Amino acid sequence: MLYIKCPFCGDRDETEYHYGGEAHIARPENPDELTDAEWAEYVFMRTNTKGVHRERWVHSDGCRRWFNVARNTVTNEIVSVYKTGEKPDLPEASTSKPAPAKKTSAKKKEGA
Amino acid sequence: MSRFSIFSLARNAMSWHQNWPRQWRSPNPKPEYDVVIIGAGGHGLATAYYLAKEHGITNVAVIEKGWLGGGNTGRNTTIVRSNYLWDESGLFYENAMKLWENLSIELNYNVMFSQRGVMNLAHNLGDVRESVRRVNANNLNGIDAEWLNAEQVKEFCPIINISKDSRYPVMGATLQRRGGTARHDAVAWGYARGADEMGVDVIQNCEVQGMMIENGVVKGVRTSLGDIKAKKVAMACAGHTSVVADMAGIRLPIESHPLQALVSEPMKPVLDCVVMSNAVHVYVSQSDKGELVMGAGIDSYVGYSQRGSLHVIEDQLASAMELFPLFSRTRMMRSWGGIVDTCPDASPVIGKTPVKNLYVNAGWGTGGFKATPGAGWCYAHTIAKDEPHDLNAAFSIDRFISGALVDEHGAAGVAH
Repeated sequence: MLYIKCPFCGDRDETEYHYGGEAHIARPENPDELTDAEWAEYVFMRTNTKGVHRERWVHSDGCRRWFNVARNTVTNEIVSVYKTGEKPDLPEASTSKPAPAKKTSAKKKEGA
Repeated sequence: MSRFSIFSLARNAMSWHQNWPRQWRSPNPKPEYDVVIIGAGGHGLATAYYLAKEHGITNVAVIEKGWLGGGNTGRNTTIVRSNYLWDESGLFYENAMKLWENLSIELNYNVMFSQRGVMNLAHNLGDVRESVRRVNANNLNGIDAEWLNAEQVKEFCPIINISKDSRYPVMGATLQRRGGTARHDAVAWGYARGADEMGVDVIQNCEVQGMMIENGVVKGVRTSLGDIKAKKVAMACAGHTSVVADMAGIRLPIESHPLQALVSEPMKPVLDCVVMSNAVHVYVSQSDKGELVMGAGIDSYVGYSQRGSLHVIEDQLASAMELFPLFSRTRMMRSWGGIVDTCPDASPVIGKTPVKNLYVNAGWGTGGFKATPGAGWCYAHTIAKDEPHDLNAAFSIDRFISGALVDEHGAAGVAH
């Protein structure tokens, strides 16, 4: 289970939160001018990052506020938690993608 | 390659089964292939098999970063059914079902396909209406499906709890008698053996690290064992599809999530069918070893960690307890996670990509295993002819631009 630090309430279990998908996808400002492909990009296409992923969470069983989390999707390490509207740079060491071969072999043993 | 039969079994018994030949080679990659398939899971190996068998394309490599069948093929709950709602999906999965029904003979390999019947339970009026609609839709498409009321559910599966006192009482179920389970590893092994016999190279421990693309045409892949040229490249890498597609600069509507499953300690036979419930959310069957095999929903967040959060398993066991109170003292033995590639409409993507001669087979989400033969069969056609078969034409990436989605959230069995 993830242990997430709400920027308003502090550390709580994952079960208090709901996941809100990839962060920083802004609704297009000129919807009338968008082509179908541009709409598809906004509505459906996702980065699905293997590594540090910026995502939204809502503290639904707490303060019910939305915020952003930068989490490594391989190790589940939470690199940064920040409020909606912000987009801080992430620490260098954590943003580098993990060495895929090493990580996967370790994880496979766990799952096998 | 020796064929498996009662005679070969007897012959090898003479030498204490020490002299069985290897079932497939471990070749080094050649510098160039007609087709390189990325991912030696069930789908990739089935694709290679049908490319060779149906289309005569045997200069094929299946490359795999880990070991054969070590991803979701070895991690799923082995349920096979074809009772999907829409014509596009129903006909696609029914084609897969027909291939399943002959697969052990086709491959000369026992995939232990057991048509023990799959029940999808309904727990409220919305479920009931949706289920009956699906039964009717299935029947119109020639797919076997029946509606059972609660008493008939109990008759079909005596250990189930249909008490009206339950929080979500069982109000009925759809039943597909031809549905069931299969031995997941044997599917991968059988296809690998069959493809290898026809000349396909299955290359394990070979990770794709980049794509060679010139002027929008794929020319090969860069791997941990060196560059491999290819006239065509086909992705069949499930949870890592976005990572591989990113190497070709392609964005997909796919997100990868952990999906957990678990098995109990082995028990005497107690459950002789597959029971699935969307509303209380668990699916259960009993393996031939006697273990209860259970699964449920995905973890909500994007993840590549092949493990999930405990509360998801707790929810799923609470659901199992509600349906089967007699499992209350069953001890769980192992749990694990796989990385499933979910699509927004709970239907897969099989077809061409914006890069010429590069193909994608992904987005199976939580239900890729049942599609294995059908996906391989259609994908092989798509690769060989450079255009989709009628059965998978609806499952192109373009549907996310045109809006012609195939919404199978109701039939997908797992919420996502």
